[in-house]
Amino acid sequence: MLEIKNLHARIGEKEILRGVNLVVPDGEIHAIMGPNGAGKSTLSYVLSGRDGYEVTEGEAIYNGQNVLEMEPEVRAAAGIFLAFQYPVELTGVGNANFLRTALNAIRRKRGEAELDAVAFLKLARAAAKTLQMKEDFLKRNVNVGFSGGEKKRNEMLQMALLQPGLAILDETDSGLDIDALKIVAEGVNALRSPKFSALVITHYQRLLDHIVPDVVHVLAGGRIVRSGSKELALELEAHGYAGLEAA
Amino acid sequence: MSATTENTVHEMAAQKYKYGFTTDIAMEEFPKGLNEDIVRLISAKKSEPAWMLDWRLKAFAMWQKMEEPHWARIHHPPIDYDDLYYYAAPSAPAPKSLDEVDPSLLDMYEKLGIPLNERAALAGVAVDAVFDSVSVATTFRETLSKAGVIFCPISEAVREHPELVREYLGSVVPVADNYFAALNSAVFSDGSFVYIPKGVRCPMELSTYFRINAKNTGQFERTLIIAAEGASVSYLEGCTAPMRDENQLHAAVVELVALDEAKIKYSTVQNWYPGDADGKGGIYNFVTKRGACRGRNSKISWTQVETGSAITWKYPSCILQGDGSVGEFYSVAVTNNFQQADTGTKMIHLGKNTSSTIISKGISAGHSNNTYRGLVKIMPGASGARNFTQCDSLLIGDQCGAHTVPYIESRNMSAKVEHEATTSKIAEDQLFYCRSRGLSQEDAVGLIVNGFCKDVLKELPMEFAVEAQKLLSVSLEGSVG
Ligand SMILES: Nc1ncnc2c1ncn2[C@@H]1O[C@H](COP(=O)(O)OP(=O)(O)O)[C@@H](O)[C@H]1O
Ligand SMILES: [Mg+2]
Repeated sequence: MLEIKNLHARIGEKEILRGVNLVVPDGEIHAIMGPNGAGKSTLSYVLSGRDGYEVTEGEAIYNGQNVLEMEPEVRAAAGIFLAFQYPVELTGVGNANFLRTALNAIRRKRGEAELDAVAFLKLARAAAKTLQMKEDFLKRNVNVGFSGGEKKRNEMLQMALLQPGLAILDETDSGLDIDALKIVAEGVNALRSPKFSALVITHYQRLLDHIVPDVVHVLAGGRIVRSGSKELALELEAHGYAGLEAA
Repeated sequence: MSATTENTVHEMAAQKYKYGFTTDIAMEEFPKGLNEDIVRLISAKKSEPAWMLDWRLKAFAMWQKMEEPHWARIHHPPIDYDDLYYYAAPSAPAPKSLDEVDPSLLDMYEKLGIPLNERAALAGVAVDAVFDSVSVATTFRETLSKAGVIFCPISEAVREHPELVREYLGSVVPVADNYFAALNSAVFSDGSFVYIPKGVRCPMELSTYFRINAKNTGQFERTLIIAAEGASVSYLEGCTAPMRDENQLHAAVVELVALDEAKIKYSTVQNWYPGDADGKGGIYNFVTKRGACRGRNSKISWTQVETGSAITWKYPSCILQGDGSVGEFYSVAVTNNFQQADTGTKMIHLGKNTSSTIISKGISAGHSNNTYRGLVKIMPGASGARNFTQCDSLLIGDQCGAHTVPYIESRNMSAKVEHEATTSKIAEDQLFYCRSRGLSQEDAVGLIVNGFCKDVLKELPMEFAVEAQKLLSVSLEGSVG
């Protein structure tokens, strides 16, 4: 379970998160919507431990641990996974090598045996196939020369292999055509279990047709200003965010 | 910082260099200092013929008239050449076979990951092990001699194969080529000699493992490799030294000769002690390496991974004399803490349709300085010559420096010379991306750095590529965050 209590965070002098309260029980998928600049990406970075964000108040507890005090790699081992809004390119680093290094680092921290190259490739090929990715994906350098959609799918491939307990998807649907969108949604749905939860950040209702959320939240002005059932997304689609900030 | 914290920091910095131990063994050292008598002593110690002694004495006379070069972007306190030992060797009589090698030496090489016992040795790699001033063992000599390959300590070659040594020694790096080459010519004590006869593909990788152990002792090894017509060989050198607070001088000379259609691949994984995190100690690595592509369509490739030494001053070069000959230089140079590297290559195009490729990857971290210095020279007769140069620098942190000094001189209109250069920093978002996937900061740096160097690492023989990758990560430990 993820519990965020009165979370305040700033970048330099600028306060971006201004008292976020949010509870995501295990087994649930919550959507976060909200206008540009509301602080959605900031929230996902603060949860996954990026430098440059100063938490001034509040806490974020995942499975009983205060994640804000943990190094990013420790959070990853604890099961937190962020699918980046803008996945990063790693020149010269093969995708398969990157994935295996990551997976084995996490397995080591969890006290599990490392996978050898053969066992890993078998796993990776199967995951790539489910995501309808060509096999040469694994051979290419991490995100280098990938199209926007390919980068997002690569994030999903990583998620599928790392098997997180809490996935944060930051606009993973942006820039995807409808077929790719379905594939991404299937990737998330495949992970659904009583132990898995997800925060799905999106601007579009259409993703939520495929990943049906248990709760929809609206983040505006650095706070959760409304929460509701999946119908809230439809309402937002129809009327926009106007007036919500004041609420 | 409290005294104990400071000690812990020092210990941690020290631990990272895992080859820093010393070996206790009875040694014979000549008196400190350099003069004609020392040169004569070295020559006598090796039972050298008169011509070799004359050669050394001439070199010594020239060296005395020369001055230490100061054009490179390196700084060090003056070296007192009279405060060094020029010869140090285990005092036991030279072993005639592996069974006679001092067990403590065998243990040491074992500890360094170079088992000299042929049964335990890396399959397919013959090793010449040089300890301070002498070669202590050369493995697989029988296997090699069946193929007609000569692989032996150079001191032995001077006695056993004088016609070859006289013909080629100093033919690529003349005695007075530069200050350190002249010094080496006067006092070189050992090193490897390789001769691959006509038409022979050397059946094994050859390698020399250099170990400096003695204190205040300069190491001056000399390597000579000759590939006759149509021959080919892949050769690798590795080097380590104990951690000592004093700087130690290493001034080697390597000469390669490739005749018609011959190929020599020379790889170096240089891991001399780099000094501690405060810049104390470490090896001064002043080395002259040059290959002559004398024959038609001959080829010489230099691949180097330079992670060690307090100072590296080294420009493995190719003289492309034969028509259609090919020179290659692939280099990764890593500097951390207070290390300084000024390294690069010279490609001298003399023959028609000669071509050269230079790929240099410099990585600087800490307070270090890393300079690529290169010369591509196309002489008037080198019609159709080609060069491609790519120099990439990667900076880790903002206290270090990266510099690129490429010289291009083209005296033939038909030549084509291309140069590309980039400088980048390890971006914060790359590190965070890796860490968010579970990699530690250090593994993330290792991954990114290895990615940056991939084009060079793939040129190394398989067995050593893995070693080199690990070395890169270890050298950069503690450089971020
Ligand atoms: N590195 C930064 N420095 C300064 N301001 C930033 C930085 N990153 C984001 N911001 C600001 O923080 C606010 C929230 O940004 P972000 O979390 O990316 O919003 P969202 O993802 O909801 O569109 C915006 O006003 C944005 O301009
Ligand atoms: Mg965003």
